Amino acid sequence: MKHIKTLNTQTLNNTVKKGGCGECQTSCQSACKTSCTVGNQTCENRK
Amino acid sequence: MIHLYQNNGYNIVLDVNSGSVHVVDKAAYDVIGALEEQNEFHTPDTLKSPETAAYLKERLGQEYAEEDLTDILEAAAELAGQGRLFTRDVYGDFIDEVKQRKTVVKALCLHIAHDCNLACKYCFAEEGEYHGRRALMSYEVGKKALDFLIANSGKRRNLEVDFFGGEPLMNWQVVKDLVAYGREQEKLHGKHFRFTLTTNGVLLNDEVQEFVNKEMDNVVLSLDGRKEVNDRMRPFRSGKGSYELIVPKFQKLAESRNQQKYYIRGTFTRNNLDFSNDVLHFAELGFKQISIEPVVGEDTDPYAIRREDLPRIFEEYDKLAKIMVDREKSGRGFTFFHFMIDLEGGPCVAKRLSGCGSGTEYLAVTPWGDLYPCHQFVGQEEFLMGNVEEGLTRPDIGDAFRGCSVYSKEGCKKCFARFYCSGGCMANSYKFHHSINDTYEVSCEMERKRVECAIMIKAALADA
Repeated sequence: MKHIKTLNTQTLNNTVKKGGCGECQTSCQSACKTSCTVGNQTCENRK
Repeated sequence: MIHLYQNNGYNIVLDVNSGSVHVVDKAAYDVIGALEEQNEFHTPDTLKSPETAAYLKERLGQEYAEEDLTDILEAAAELAGQGRLFTRDVYGDFIDEVKQRKTVVKALCLHIAHDCNLACKYCFAEEGEYHGRRALMSYEVGKKALDFLIANSGKRRNLEVDFFGGEPLMNWQVVKDLVAYGREQEKLHGKHFRFTLTTNGVLLNDEVQEFVNKEMDNVVLSLDGRKEVNDRMRPFRSGKGSYELIVPKFQKLAESRNQQKYYIRGTFTRNNLDFSNDVLHFAELGFKQISIEPVVGEDTDPYAIRREDLPRIFEEYDKLAKIMVDREKSGRGFTFFHFMIDLEGGPCVAKRLSGCGSGTEYLAVTPWGDLYPCHQFVGQEEFLMGNVEEGLTRPDIGDAFRGCSVYSKEGCKKCFARFYCSGGCMANSYKFHHSINDTYEVSCEMERKRVECAIMIKAALADA
């Protein structure tokens, strides 16, 4: 598509069924402690 | 829901509900914007309809060739068919399922010392004392906390324990003893502890460094940036600045960890709204893992971020993002925590709907063993949830936290960034609105800007 370049192949919808194992890191433990930053967490299942 | 924005010369289309990011030319940007205005619930069928083609011709026929409009419309219909554009928010349908699921405790913030050897002016813990008395956690209380975590962690294998304060190095022997106890217990219970340490570095020495490198999964090093910025807000109790003492120790520690698994973490305030210079100062000092985030203060605090500061802060984030792209392209890149975004392997929807986990998966433990929803709530008696001896005696508090999500907060419903911050910090919400189920708008505005910058950086690096 000459007008549109899509950056990612994964979609959130695809994670609905297989997600939720809960093994991932707690967001606030990493480096914030005041501002909630969840979107940068890594999924443990895809490592 | 679609969010369109332009940043650093890139036209970006974020399909909010799928998380798909499209970098488009100006024609596609205008077409998709017009389509969103026409019908935010477009489907592949409505996009292919003659009415939509006629609408676009009417709206944009003067500016763009019909062939381009047709091409873009076809591409949009194809993306919609793939679930990457005009995607519906279906997650609200199973939010009840997510929220009612049984959660287990998987992370503790151990307040190993309610005492500090610095007197930082913005400290939410009031120089480590948390609205209470000075105290150090005993080994016995710490052991019970780890036992509590193991007993309440269900089938979760990875358990996180942050040694926090105050300043945890003021109670270092207990930290070491608890790590040893944890290593012993994890074998017996089929768990794995990920220990982390948050320190101001004053007491950091070779012995501490060696232990930290052996046992700590992550270490957070507190420093605010340039000397004058740091020393103004992070003095010793005597008033003397802490920069000169601490920087060489942090540099040494970061190098000894191969510049991985640590963050140098600062706070910016109204006194240094040019905080991009502090981020770059860290980079010049050789640090590769950097986090600097806005202070949260009362409106009456002179250093607190005010709404009127936001345009300036946005400029700083934009400036920083551009510089980071240039540095990355020239092999001098570094990580900025708040611009990190994983478009491919990021968290699942369940995680994004659950938020930070405070009050449910994540709890804070005081030196005397009391449990609170997170470190920010410590000392606020209405949030006392129990203690490590008796366990959780106020499950209603956990239920209230579990019930919070992007679907229960008004401010999140129309926000494009809701699946990246997951509803924001509940402690901030309580601080400003006396409800954990609200949002702190100044913080939301900054989060939205950071998400935009983070995505732009991905676009720019994909363009390299």
